[in-house]
Amino acid sequence: MRVRKNIATSDEGFLFNPTTGDSFSTNAIGAEIILLMKKDIPTSEVIDTVCEKYDVDRALFERDLEEFTLQLKGHSILE
Amino acid sequence: MEKIRYERPFIIKMNAGLMNKFGTQSVNEPVTHIESVSVKGMLSEYGSPLFVISEKQIRRNYQNAVRIFKTRYPKVQFAWSYKTNYMNAVCRIFHQEGSWAEVVSGFEYSKALGNGVQGNKIIFNGPDKNDSDLILAAQNNSLIHIDHYDELYSLIRLSEEHGLKPRIAIRVNMDTGIYPKWDRFGFNFENGQAWNALTRIANSDNLELVGVHCHIGTFMLSPTAYAVAARNLCELAWGVKERFGKMLQYIDLGGGFPSTNTLKGAYLPGTDTVPSIDQFADAITDVILGYGFKHDELPTLILESGRTLIDDAGYLLGTVLATKRLSDGRRATILDFGLNSLFTSLWYDHKISPAQKLGNQTEEMVMFGPLCMNIDVVRESITMPLLQKGDQVVVHKVGAYNMTQWMQFITYRPPIVLIDNDNNTHIIRKGEDLKYMEELEQIPEHLV
Ligand SMILES: Cc1ncc(COP(=O)(O)O)c(C=O)c1O
Repeated sequence: MRVRKNIATSDEGFLFNPTTGDSFSTNAIGAEIILLMKKDIPTSEVIDTVCEKYDVDRALFERDLEEFTLQLKGHSILE
Repeated sequence: MEKIRYERPFIIKMNAGLMNKFGTQSVNEPVTHIESVSVKGMLSEYGSPLFVISEKQIRRNYQNAVRIFKTRYPKVQFAWSYKTNYMNAVCRIFHQEGSWAEVVSGFEYSKALGNGVQGNKIIFNGPDKNDSDLILAAQNNSLIHIDHYDELYSLIRLSEEHGLKPRIAIRVNMDTGIYPKWDRFGFNFENGQAWNALTRIANSDNLELVGVHCHIGTFMLSPTAYAVAARNLCELAWGVKERFGKMLQYIDLGGGFPSTNTLKGAYLPGTDTVPSIDQFADAITDVILGYGFKHDELPTLILESGRTLIDDAGYLLGTVLATKRLSDGRRATILDFGLNSLFTSLWYDHKISPAQKLGNQTEEMVMFGPLCMNIDVVRESITMPLLQKGDQVVVHKVGAYNMTQWMQFITYRPPIVLIDNDNNTHIIRKGEDLKYMEELEQIPEHLV
């Protein structure tokens, strides 16, 4: 689960893939997760960090994260 | 440290089309209160889903429509179309405001009597009146609108047998330029059938001919069609006056004015495209006033408006049961109400608002009901903030044809709450339960 090296991200949640020319918009939590992923930390740590900060049930977040990851892969943001 | 409200992570590819959608945030303004009563409060008190009706809005709509017509024409009478919403509390609000009743079955007729409407202020329409309905209506001096020859001959026979002289009108169908034509009901204008029926009635000693009626369609978007209808009815009334020396008491133009809902497939929202009641009133009253009747013989103009008077007074509150991603990537939201409660989602793209403040991010989704069938779609495509299980939504403009056409399927029908003029809430129909549902069932001996 690694963010491709050439993907440009902004704190406001805009992403740009220079290879394809596609740009993307995420919400605040999405941007945060992508920043965490960029640090190459294990998934469990991403989950810990988010669950600490947000009022969310861990199981629910795990499910949402799994789906989010699938979407990121679909958009070729993750390798 | 207090935790931040969670929202599902979300990413969307940007393209030109999407920018627009991000620009229309106002569509997703949360609706937390209806007439200053808390949506959350009502849902926790009465359960979800829940129909809510605003008494104030009904009265505003009614008074507005009456004002629009009365400022243009001297004699106007509205008759509440029971089928549109026949909750007794709703009907009584209309009757308190001065509306008569328009009914199309023995069941609705009995409801109108039960709501205290005088017999001579009930209009009895429709093709399905049995002998005892006709006798009762005739005895009560109600206005019986004849739909077909079989009914006309039944009524003549019954009047002779029972020594009655019912007050009657005929329903007329015609070509007003609107397709499909509603020629299934009543007598046709163009081929002379309507005139023949009027002649038959005028020549009968047992019937009192008092009016002519039409209902040219529903959710009509053309004021011109009403001008055509008004002209045709005036022509019939004029004919009766000339030929039989008798002025008809009224011309009834039925219902059919649209509400501001958005029809499925319409490009623009209903609020932008639907003609106002003023435009219909202009079209109709210009024709009648200009037809040539003397002032003292002008017929009363009766209107049987339904949806335009109540749609925006009704709301359906509900809850998100689940969200998922479909195999084609679309987001799906499953609600605790579907086609069973919201019958009009077959015709309309109902406006749906979140009932609580959610994040700014929006996404396109399909909204399903909970029924186990493919057609149970509340909105095929709607852009909403990211919803999650337990979030609540408010569906707008559901006052017409839902609380009468709803289906009892798989689950109980929800309760209906009325918010009165002082913002107090009252249950006007309880939610169904097992006892109610099984009341009419009987188990044969061998299965006990
Ligand atoms: C005879 C008659 N009158 C009035 C109405 C009310 O129509 P609307 O709700 O379109 O105003 C109907 C509805 O079908 C009707 O059949």
